[in-house]
Amino acid sequence: MSETQRVGTVRDINGPIVTIELPGIRHGEQVKIGDLGLFGEVISLNGDRAVVQTYESTDGVRPGEPAEGLGWPLSVELGPGLMGGIFDGVQRPLEKIALLSGDYIRRGIDVAALDREREWAFEPNRDLEVGQTVEPGAVLGSVQETETVLHRILVPPGVHGELEELAPAGNHTIEATIARVRTRDGRTRRLQMYHRWPVRTPRPYLRRDDGVAPLITGQRVIDTFFPQLKGGKGAVPGPFGAGKTVVQQQIARWSNADIVIYVGCGERGNELVDVLETFPKLDDPYTGRKLMERTLLVANTSNMPVVAREASVYVGITMAEYYRDMGYDVVMLADSTSRWAEALREVSGRLGQMPVEEGYPAYLASRLAAVYERAGRVETHGAGSGSVTLIGAVSPPGGDFSEPVTSHTKDIIETFWALSKELADARHYPSIDWVTSFSGHVHTAAHWWHENIDASWEERRREALALLARDAELSRIVNLVGPEALSSSQRWDLEGAALIKEGVLQQSALDDVDTFCSPEKQFALLDLVLMIYDLGAELVTRGVPVQEMQRLPLLSRTRRIKSLYSSEQLDEIEAFRTEVEQTLENLRLEYEKHEEQAG
Amino acid sequence: MSIKEYRTAVEARGGLLVMKQTPGVAFGDRVRIEDHAGGIRNGQVIRASDEDVLILVFEGVEDLDLENTWVRFLDAPVEMALSPELLGREFNGLGEPRDGRPPILSSLRRAVGGSAINPAARTYPREFIQTGISTIDGLNSLVRGQKLPIFTGSGLPHNRLAAQIVRQARLKNEDAAFSIVFAAMGVSYADAKFFRDEFASSGVLRNVVMFVNLADDPPVERLTLPRTALTAAEYLAYDLDRHVLVVMTDMTYYAEALREVATAKGDVPARKGYPGYLYSDLAEIYERCGRIHERHGSITMMPVVSMPSDDITHPIPDLTGYITEGQIVLSRELNSQGIYPPVHISPSLSRLMKDGIGKDDTREDHPRVAAQLYALYSRALETRNLASIIGADELSTHDRRYLTFADAFDRRFVGQGENEDRSIEATLDLAWELISIFPKDVLTRVSEADIAKYYRELDESQAGSAGGGPASGVTTAVQSHSRRRRRSASGAQPAGAA
Ligand SMILES: Nc1ncnc2c1ncn2[C@@H]1O[C@H](COP(=O)(O)OP(=O)(O)OP(=O)(O)O)[C@@H](O)[C@H]1O
Ligand SMILES: [Mg+2]
Repeated sequence: MSETQRVGTVRDINGPIVTIELPGIRHGEQVKIGDLGLFGEVISLNGDRAVVQTYESTDGVRPGEPAEGLGWPLSVELGPGLMGGIFDGVQRPLEKIALLSGDYIRRGIDVAALDREREWAFEPNRDLEVGQTVEPGAVLGSVQETETVLHRILVPPGVHGELEELAPAGNHTIEATIARVRTRDGRTRRLQMYHRWPVRTPRPYLRRDDGVAPLITGQRVIDTFFPQLKGGKGAVPGPFGAGKTVVQQQIARWSNADIVIYVGCGERGNELVDVLETFPKLDDPYTGRKLMERTLLVANTSNMPVVAREASVYVGITMAEYYRDMGYDVVMLADSTSRWAEALREVSGRLGQMPVEEGYPAYLASRLAAVYERAGRVETHGAGSGSVTLIGAVSPPGGDFSEPVTSHTKDIIETFWALSKELADARHYPSIDWVTSFSGHVHTAAHWWHENIDASWEERRREALALLARDAELSRIVNLVGPEALSSSQRWDLEGAALIKEGVLQQSALDDVDTFCSPEKQFALLDLVLMIYDLGAELVTRGVPVQEMQRLPLLSRTRRIKSLYSSEQLDEIEAFRTEVEQTLENLRLEYEKHEEQAG
Repeated sequence: MSIKEYRTAVEARGGLLVMKQTPGVAFGDRVRIEDHAGGIRNGQVIRASDEDVLILVFEGVEDLDLENTWVRFLDAPVEMALSPELLGREFNGLGEPRDGRPPILSSLRRAVGGSAINPAARTYPREFIQTGISTIDGLNSLVRGQKLPIFTGSGLPHNRLAAQIVRQARLKNEDAAFSIVFAAMGVSYADAKFFRDEFASSGVLRNVVMFVNLADDPPVERLTLPRTALTAAEYLAYDLDRHVLVVMTDMTYYAEALREVATAKGDVPARKGYPGYLYSDLAEIYERCGRIHERHGSITMMPVVSMPSDDITHPIPDLTGYITEGQIVLSRELNSQGIYPPVHISPSLSRLMKDGIGKDDTREDHPRVAAQLYALYSRALETRNLASIIGADELSTHDRRYLTFADAFDRRFVGQGENEDRSIEATLDLAWELISIFPKDVLTRVSEADIAKYYRELDESQAGSAGGGPASGVTTAVQSHSRRRRRSASGAQPAGAA
């Protein structure tokens, strides 16, 4: 990269796509456009001319204004000070921008992501000695970034050599020198607490590992029925209003990840404000600390420039990889990948590229795959194993899952939580459809459940799904010929399925108690409902009228248990279970007696 | 650049004019065009390069001749002049008076394009607005700063509903009325007149700014109209500290105008010929609403979106639903049964309801009552379906209760008078009356405490007639059938109001 800055000229402005004349500029290079200094990125070259996509509105820019090549590709700053923040699609800190430019984002504003003044208490790695050889990813020391997050300062990728100097414990700004490394070519590299990384290049790791543990989200239909692994990739498709954002926010709130990166990509401003206002008040169920301490937001709302929307996903995933490299389990949520794909479409359209499906360019599938491929569980260079779980919302036009973004995404991901308009309209939340959703991780998750919760988890899960499948079939019959056509035990099947739906699957994010459900409670509820179904089925076979069973008050109480008792009140759930068992047992005895008398 | 005038037009098509040899023209600038007959048209630069400049002509390029067209680049973006004098006035899409009175004189001019609100500067909307309409207040509550569109179809009473909301909307514990910004795009003369008369007769005209582009006005002007209107709304809200309710009708005509221009420009179409950027373009409009830190005023938005062929998956309602914070959906079926307002609650939704209701805002049972009504109604619709196949007689007594409930709900809860302003308490009480059709053990969405406090014990004989509907339900249906507009408040106000 040439060190001298070069200045050329704006030739053509077509919305966010600007053509400049600047010999020697590179593909992917960052550019400042016009007198306002709007940021952009070179996306194609043709002779002395370069096509630039700008991250800001180009209103008022004229042909003839200057265009300056900055010499580096779109990069982010990685270092302490990211956690708890909110950044725009090109990692500008929005809270600081609000102080500088008021309620609206002024164009061309140039603010570094990380605070240069703030001092951090650096604690060197006691195991390191001067003279030792260090490799990329080696832990130089750490700072307590927030109460929850210990931020490990790593040797950046590409730096190998002998440690010449390591700063002692003490307060430093991110720009202070904390180490010097003599590299193999004999030069000394000065290391700071932060470095820059180009967002479109995945960060290196030692090797990829298989996922082993489920990401516990506290949502029953996810954890129990369609589990996700730490390091997995998943999608939440659904029509508008079906609950994609709520699912993602619930995962951001309650999952057992170390770090959460929430990318609001082309969605509503108020949804990010919701996170910004509520997370600092909510307690992490695992650490007891405030959720915002381990959360980072990237916001490119739907009204913000579309090109920065394309960048926002890369900016988010690069920060996710950075925390992964410290040995953390990171969850990145992207809401919505469809808006990201539309940003690709808009740029490709302006460039006059040939559209293939619904206006999308031919490279849509490969770009999507490349983004999702950055998720995974890896062995890091120096901090053990870490993971990035990537969960993308998909917003199919008209709720039609056969459209290009949904169908390509479906080919890439392993967990698919399909939201249904019918369920949402009936206010069955989360509206994850148990027929069309799938998880490729059930088997792996089962190991964890069997070891940590209950050895019959996989079996119970299968029974529940089988009952739901029977229910779907029987409901079709009922809708054709009415309930009278069903046998007693078939009608009890419907009742059992209804119990699963209302007592287990439905879980309101707005219910203070039920919003989070521990794996123990998840299993207790599932097991309770199935027990009632099993015992009841036996009674019905013995001849107890199904109407009598349906009238049992314990059924409606079972439906309420989830919000009556919290994850800490397993004993109460157990007590209820014993009571139910007793009631049904009594019913059986009574019925037998009755039978005997009759017989 | 100083203001220059050129006569170098080389092409005119579909609302667009191409100019050659006009160096240094800024992207987005406003243009003044004088045609051969001396007529003045307005335009905006939508592509600027060394070689040529593309201009969007708001009045269209009809009748232009390239030789005798003078184009003046005004070296400024499309702007709106702002002053408190706006109130009570009527403008076109460019902010020029339509009411025959002089233009607004003010040194304060703002570009109508607006810019994005910094999400970090927003405040989450949470103040409940009482509209007096049960299906909205009770089940899809509106809060200050929300964008909640009405999805409708041709011939449905969306205008009457919008007018009723404008008349009745207020904060529960505040008297302060809303200032209204009314934006009409491509509507008929009759519709515009309906609103004008409505504002006049309810005495709010002095609190209204109207922006009007009729069906026979130039369609391209519809592209700036909502932006101009929102610039005025932002001024009222953030400069004058007012709470503004923006009613925009009909966003479908806006989007059609956008498609017309996009097609002329040769933009790659996505669905049904609409350009790929329709989503972003609509979002630029809708996202201008909201609440901002330390600003007293607010912008609440109620766009009317008609669903072509009643299809909610059509790109315009579809993309709108992806941007707005819910939607109120009108149903042709309810309407043909004479139920006003024909709000179909199943596809309707308010996403911001959760923080605006409950103990401190409306009543503690509100969130659970809403969930319970939804659960019952959705089961009731299934039962209705079943009954239409196998006959109601084949249903169990328990299932028949759902039918009773569905009918009572449609007629009494959904249906109400056009001048009936129900307080939220009245709405919730009515809800309990309907919920109490069912035995307590069916009610799993409300809490046991709610049941203890609000459940209405009915003996079996009454249970039947509760659904049968006391007179009010029937009257409501009749009222909405009659086209007569009743002005007298007598009898229209339920006891709980005020
Ligand atoms: N688990 C849940 N518990 C309670 N309510 C829910 C739940 N999921 C969804 N909802 C309700 O549904 C509404 C819409 O959900 P959400 O905003 O997540 O939809 P979405 O699929 O993201 O829509 P869009 O594509 O328009 O962004 C929420 O505001 C909430 O009222
Ligand atoms: Mg969403």
